Amino acid sequence: MRRRPLVASTGVRDGETAELTVVENSDRARPIRERMREVWNYRELLSQLVRRELKVKYKNSALGFVWTLFNPLMYLAIFSIVFGLFLRSAVPLYGIFLLSGLLMWNVFSMGTMTATASIVSNGSLIKKVWFPREILPLSSIGAVLVNFCFQFLVLAVGMAVFRHPPDWAMLPLLVPALVVGTLLALSLGLLLSALNVYLRDVQHLVELLMLAMFWLTPVVYQYDFVADQVRERFGNGAERLVLLNPMIAVTTAFQRVLYNPTPTGDPATDPFGLLFRPASWYLVNLAIAGVIAIAACWFALWLFGRLEANFGEEL
Amino acid sequence: MTPVNAIEVVGVTKSFVRHSEPAKSLKERVLTLRRNTTTRFNALDDIRFDVPMGSSIGLLGHNGSGKSTLLKCIAGTIRPSSGSVRVRGRIAALLELGAGFHPDLTGRENVFLNSSILGFSRAQIERIFDDIVEFSELGPFIDSQVKHYSSGMYARLGFAVAVNVEPQILLIDEVLAVGDEAFQRKCLDRIDRFQHEGRTLLLVTHSPDLARQICDRVVVLDHGSQVFDGDPSEAAAVYRRSLAQRGEPVPESMDRPVRIAAPEIVDRIYAPGDSLELTAAFESDRMLRGARPRLFVHANDGALAATAEDLGTVDGTSGSIKLTIHDLPFMEGRYHATIALFDDDTELDRSAAHSFDVMTAGRGVGRFRLQVTVG
Repeated sequence: MRRRPLVASTGVRDGETAELTVVENSDRARPIRERMREVWNYRELLSQLVRRELKVKYKNSALGFVWTLFNPLMYLAIFSIVFGLFLRSAVPLYGIFLLSGLLMWNVFSMGTMTATASIVSNGSLIKKVWFPREILPLSSIGAVLVNFCFQFLVLAVGMAVFRHPPDWAMLPLLVPALVVGTLLALSLGLLLSALNVYLRDVQHLVELLMLAMFWLTPVVYQYDFVADQVRERFGNGAERLVLLNPMIAVTTAFQRVLYNPTPTGDPATDPFGLLFRPASWYLVNLAIAGVIAIAACWFALWLFGRLEANFGEEL
Repeated sequence: MTPVNAIEVVGVTKSFVRHSEPAKSLKERVLTLRRNTTTRFNALDDIRFDVPMGSSIGLLGHNGSGKSTLLKCIAGTIRPSSGSVRVRGRIAALLELGAGFHPDLTGRENVFLNSSILGFSRAQIERIFDDIVEFSELGPFIDSQVKHYSSGMYARLGFAVAVNVEPQILLIDEVLAVGDEAFQRKCLDRIDRFQHEGRTLLLVTHSPDLARQICDRVVVLDHGSQVFDGDPSEAAAVYRRSLAQRGEPVPESMDRPVRIAAPEIVDRIYAPGDSLELTAAFESDRMLRGARPRLFVHANDGALAATAEDLGTVDGTSGSIKLTIHDLPFMEGRYHATIALFDDDTELDRSAAHSFDVMTAGRGVGRFRLQVTVG
């Protein structure tokens, strides 16, 4: 055996030995609580990956981040013209109506889709270094949320230009709506990103799934269209059945607050008769969707923990 | 005091499924669902050893012996099929330099990204950032995108990050095999500093010489089984035997027609003025006539400290070379003795002994002992 200097014999400062965390790598998936703590320890990586995603996307482009703003601006302009002038939609200020639901929808759909691809596209990293794998789908969702914040500014400016204020009293409703929408994206993203490692079809499947869900969620059209159908078929009390698509709770809350429809008083002609509800209605919807989202997240984390065992080999 | 283990490998077994053809799409999976096209094999079979904190352990094995798989289990990038690995402290792996660099990001951004992958907080990265830049010698280029870097600059930045994050445990996988000599020297210097700081080192290699040079203890793997755990010189012998038995390509020094075994040193610790005995066995495929041994002594930083020639001649196809250094002229430090055999000026083979240490009782700085009288 070689002689070692007695000073600094452990490579750590005095008393630090006991604090060193012991990480065990075995065939068993590690408990969710422990993994969540590790994600917290690696939060700097999360923020670095979010930064990377945003920076790389617009690197080498002259306008850079401004491109993020063009997308909602285009929607605002085109849909105002097409639906307002050509199709003569019954919805006034259609562009604002569309964006109030669409931006949140984008968080969900873009978040889910980029998160789904996140593990496979970072395969080289996964094979070489250990870090909590959950960070990768999380960072995709994080990047989408940052984009959302900027696009939200476009909507805010649009609302100011059209002199269309939100319902200030209901504004806090946006917080639970954003949280539930993000959790839904996160649970799907976690689940699908892990499955995608084993079956690359998932990546393509999720695009179709999002397309279907987009048209099944009232973003382009009003909530009333769906609710009316449900009530006609299953009776008046069955309206909550629409929550089978939990994103409806999220988008309707956003539309209610931001688009802030004014009731005409005549239920027959009012395009937003059903959307105009008290805050409690939205809160209950969001609570139900929230429970679904949390359960889905838990299940996704559990499955992720099992599936991540072979990430290093399958990639 | 019982030594604290930095790494405990407890009965690790890893079996892989060998797909005859990897099925990646849904269609393929459905079509091959009922057909048994897979075979299992054990890449690692019940491996168990401890790595005490502050020690340097080598993992020696031929290609496909499972040593890289084991390293991955320790690094946590793959999970064992049974058994477990417990790791205490932060691990950094010198597996592939600059893993995770993004070409479109600048050097600065990549340093932050790369360090955060190792679990650093922003404040911690900011604290080591200047050291990283200085070590990499990339000062003026740190804000350029790394895609404009040369491969040398890329490797320098990767290495600078890996060694400056000051992990408690460093995993090295054959990284010393790449790069030019200056770079290898820099790696070895850094490894040496690491060892002196009392950090834990795990080196994966198929070179018994490198393992002997760096490690306290060597674990030998053979087709996924642990066949030896102990002294580096013995490990090298076990490894060479197992290769020879299987008729596999043998490492460099075995290919030579003349082979010197690692010289044995009687003692490990000396005082200036002591005598030091070295014995090395040699074998030759052809008859040696008048081959000349030479002795080299290197200081621990790799500098050549002293040589001795004119040590007589060696004849025959096998035998041993016995050398004695009288009146050891060295001061405190660690030294490495190498015995080489020369035929005229052609080197036939050389072999390095385990290091020896010189300890001085009094004060004194420098490498050589000066005997000075006053008056």
